[in-house]
This record gives sequence, structure tokens and C-alpha cells, in this order.
Amino acid sequence: METSAIIMLVFGLTLLYGGLAALITIAAKSKNK
Amino acid sequence: MEKETRDQWGSRFGFIMATVGAAVGLGNLWRFPFMAYQNGGGAFLLPYFVALLTAGVPLMILEFGLGHKMRGGSTLSFAKLGKKWEWLGWWPTMIPLIVMCFYSVVIAWAINYFVLSFSRGWGANPGEFFGGKFLGVSSGPWDIGGMRWTIAASVIIVWLLNYTITKKGISGGIEKACKVITPLLAVLMIIMTIRGLTLTGAAEGLNWFLKPDFSKIANGSVWIAAYAQVFFSTTLAVGVMIAYSSYLPKKSDIVTNSFITVFSNASFDFLAGLCVFSILGYASYASGLPMEKVIAAGPGIAFVAFPNAINLLPGGPVVQSVFGALFFFCLIIAGISSSISMVESFATAALDKYKIPRKKMISRICLFGFLGSMLFATGAGVHILDIVDHFVGNYGIALIGLIEVIVLGYVYKTEKMRPEVNLYSDIKVGMWWDILIKYITPLLLGYMFIQNIIQEFTKPYGGYPVSALVVFGWAIALGMLAVAIYLSKRPWLDEKILEVSYKGGEK
Repeated sequence: METSAIIMLVFGLTLLYGGLAALITIAAKSKNK
Repeated sequence: MEKETRDQWGSRFGFIMATVGAAVGLGNLWRFPFMAYQNGGGAFLLPYFVALLTAGVPLMILEFGLGHKMRGGSTLSFAKLGKKWEWLGWWPTMIPLIVMCFYSVVIAWAINYFVLSFSRGWGANPGEFFGGKFLGVSSGPWDIGGMRWTIAASVIIVWLLNYTITKKGISGGIEKACKVITPLLAVLMIIMTIRGLTLTGAAEGLNWFLKPDFSKIANGSVWIAAYAQVFFSTTLAVGVMIAYSSYLPKKSDIVTNSFITVFSNASFDFLAGLCVFSILGYASYASGLPMEKVIAAGPGIAFVAFPNAINLLPGGPVVQSVFGALFFFCLIIAGISSSISMVESFATAALDKYKIPRKKMISRICLFGFLGSMLFATGAGVHILDIVDHFVGNYGIALIGLIEVIVLGYVYKTEKMRPEVNLYSDIKVGMWWDILIKYITPLLLGYMFIQNIIQEFTKPYGGYPVSALVVFGWAIALGMLAVAIYLSKRPWLDEKILEVSYKGGEK
């Protein structure tokens, strides 16, 4: 796999799944519904 | 004092699973990967992320906020803004009513292919099988070509599933189903992606998906493609998200829930890209054909390119069958969680106004959907589907989205709505949200709409006869608006419902 493709893979994974994990953490700690 | 009789989500998890289930559909599995491939590979991710944050999330907050505040589906919500806006509430609900007719047929294809995968019944040439023996594609939209009975039989199954789930309501039907379907879909897709990534040639496939061509992002059409992908993929402007959020309890976190829904949908998009391209990379390696020859556009990815790849998988017939069944099962459940949301969009709108028993209303909607689906289960079905999809998507959804943001941004006013959506939200939206809703999104949607119109009149869509474009395209697109206006003129059974809403500060 080419380096530029690996960089975009890491970029996509970090932003999407990292973002989603952060959001789920906020929701899990919240008292709101 | 308002009486609490409206159905309600049992949990935040259930609500999110339902909204994600509605957003994640067949399009995630074949539209996003192909869009990325066509528009700069990995470079497409940049405009896609910008579109997520500047259109997907703000519009989701707008729709969740409206449905939650007004405690009504699209129709009731807009009617509460003023009786003169009720037509704008009915209009988006017309879209799922039409789309579910052909969407259920595509799920029916997946049911047939699920069964076929056990014997790899598509044979050695899946392309020929799909258009020929399976769909029996006729010469054009006016050549009906006879009913495809195996497809029609599966359409019955789809409508029985839609009926069984939606008749039980929000907490008893949709929530229960989506709490199983959405996580199951995620797990199955992860399994398929891991299998795909471990195949020889997967890396080469991923290069086609992710290798960035940054010269493309200077092209305006790539940005429009990214905004269109986010807009259509998140099921906005079709009344679904307004209907679902109308069943939220008072102390609901509108903003964080919107972020989670949009990010989850995008995560499915990305996962589908990894899955599709790793497997197609293997197909290219195993067949010795270049990648351009193994990839297909739209449904062709699922019903031609994938069966082709499945035929080539290592491990023998059992492994091939299991993988095929897994893939088409994913398509079926992704489709069902979306089709029930389409039924619910119109059901909520109609139930708010007419107060007839849910079961009766759902039976009527499902009967209408089933009869409408029959047209798409004929030899001409795929031609008609293509025309209806093009007109409903490009003119219906884009125009409704445009008018919706203008009315909510300027008539209801985002300044007034902002404190309401922030009230119980852990993430607060600021002025940036007002700017995006009032200026940026209308500009983008307006530009998209005008571009589509110009293209339409420059070159008739798909080379179809003008008569077919008029009947299945323009007539349906305009007919939806006419029916919406007609329905808005009918009297409300109980006018008092127009006064019920969550007030700011209410617990």
C-alpha cells in the first residue's frame, strides 16, 4: 500500500472513529438523554 | 396542562440506533466507495469531512431540534410554525412514500441474492445473470416486460417485515428492531472488512480508494459531490429525523445526539469503502483484470462486482457461500432499518393529523408501498427506478432541503432555536451554527439544485425517452408537491395539538 494512501487511512480512521469514541464518551458520562 | 400520550423512545441508545439505522442504508455500501473512487480517492475525504461538519451536523441539529421542540412529525412541526407552512411539512414525507416503493424492491433483490449465495446461483458471469435472467431488463421504461415473480415474492417479505415492525410503534417496534439490527450490521461489516483486508491484493484495492489525488479538490464539482453524499446519506429533508426526534423525552441532548448520528453514519461509509475496495482489490488480483474492470457503479457494486469477487474467494464453495450470504444479509438488514424509517416518516405525519389507530394507518401505508413496489418488480423496473430516483433525489430532496433551511433559519429563526437545542446538550452550538444554516447551507443547496437543473435541460437524463422522463420524473416530482398542498388544506381532527410543544426550561 502506498504511503499517501496509508496517511489518508490513518487520517480517516482517527477523525471518524476517534471522533465517534469521544462523542460516545461524552454521552456515556452525561445525565441527559 | 399537556397530557403525556405520545409514544417515547425507551432509551438514548435506542434512539441513536434507530437514527443511525435510518441513515445507514444500501447507499452507504455502494454510493460512498464509488464517490470517493471517482472524486480524488483519499483526497475526497477532505471535502467529505468539511461537508460533515458544515452541513451534515448542522442540518441534523436543525431537524432533531425541530421535531423535539414541536413534538410532532414533519407536518405538525411546520404547521406549528404557521398554518401556511403545513404544505412544507407534508412535502418531505412524500419522498419516503415514493422511495420506499423502489427501495423495498432493491432489498428484495438482496433477499434473492442471499438465497442464491448458498449455491452461487449467479453463475460464472454475474453481470449477465443480473441484467438478464434475474432482472429480465426490458428494452426501455415503456416496455414493461412482465412481472419478475421471484422478486415480487421477496417484496412481500419486505413489506411484511416493514408492517410487523412499524405497527408496534416507536418503543415497541422500531426501537427494539434497531437495537438489534444496527449493532449487528456494524459487527458483520467489521468481520467482512477484516476478511477483505487479509486477502492478497487488498492493499492495491485500498490504493484506489485512499491514494489522494489532491489536484481534484480544486475542482468545485468534487466539493458538490461531497456535500451531496453527506446530505443524501444522512437521510435529511425527508421527514425521518423530524419524526424520530418528535418521540424524544424532554431532557434530550439534541446536539450530541446529532453529532453521534452523523459520525456513526460516516463511519459506516468509511468502513464500507474499506470493505468494498479490499475485496475488489482481491478480485482484480485473482482475475488478472485491472481495477477499472472489476469495479461497477451503484447497485452494480453489490449485485455484479461482489458476486464476481465471491466466485474468486479462496477456501472453496462453503467459504464463498458463507461470505456471500453474510454480505447480502448485511444489505437486507441495512435496507430494512431504513425502509421502516421511511414508513414512519409518513405515518407520524399522518397520525399527528388524523388520529386514527396506528395499525390501520400502517396497513394503509404498507399496502400502498407494496402495490407501488410491483411496478419496480417488472422488467422495466430498473429503468423506472433509475428515473424516479434521479428526479426525487435531485429535485425533491435538494429543493426541499433548501426551502427547509430558509424557512427554519429565517422564519422560525436560528437565534431562537439555538438556546432550545442547547438546553440539555453537553456540546453547545454557537453563532457558527446560525451562520451555517442561514447562509452557507442555502448557498450550497441552491447551487446544487441550479447545477442539476442546468444539466437536466442540457442533456435529458440517462438517454431515456422524454415521455418517460415526464411521466416517471417530472410528474412524480411535481405530483408530490401537489399532494402535499392538497393534504395541507384538509382540516385537522384535533386543532389543539397545534399548541403542544416543549417550552424552554420545562423539565
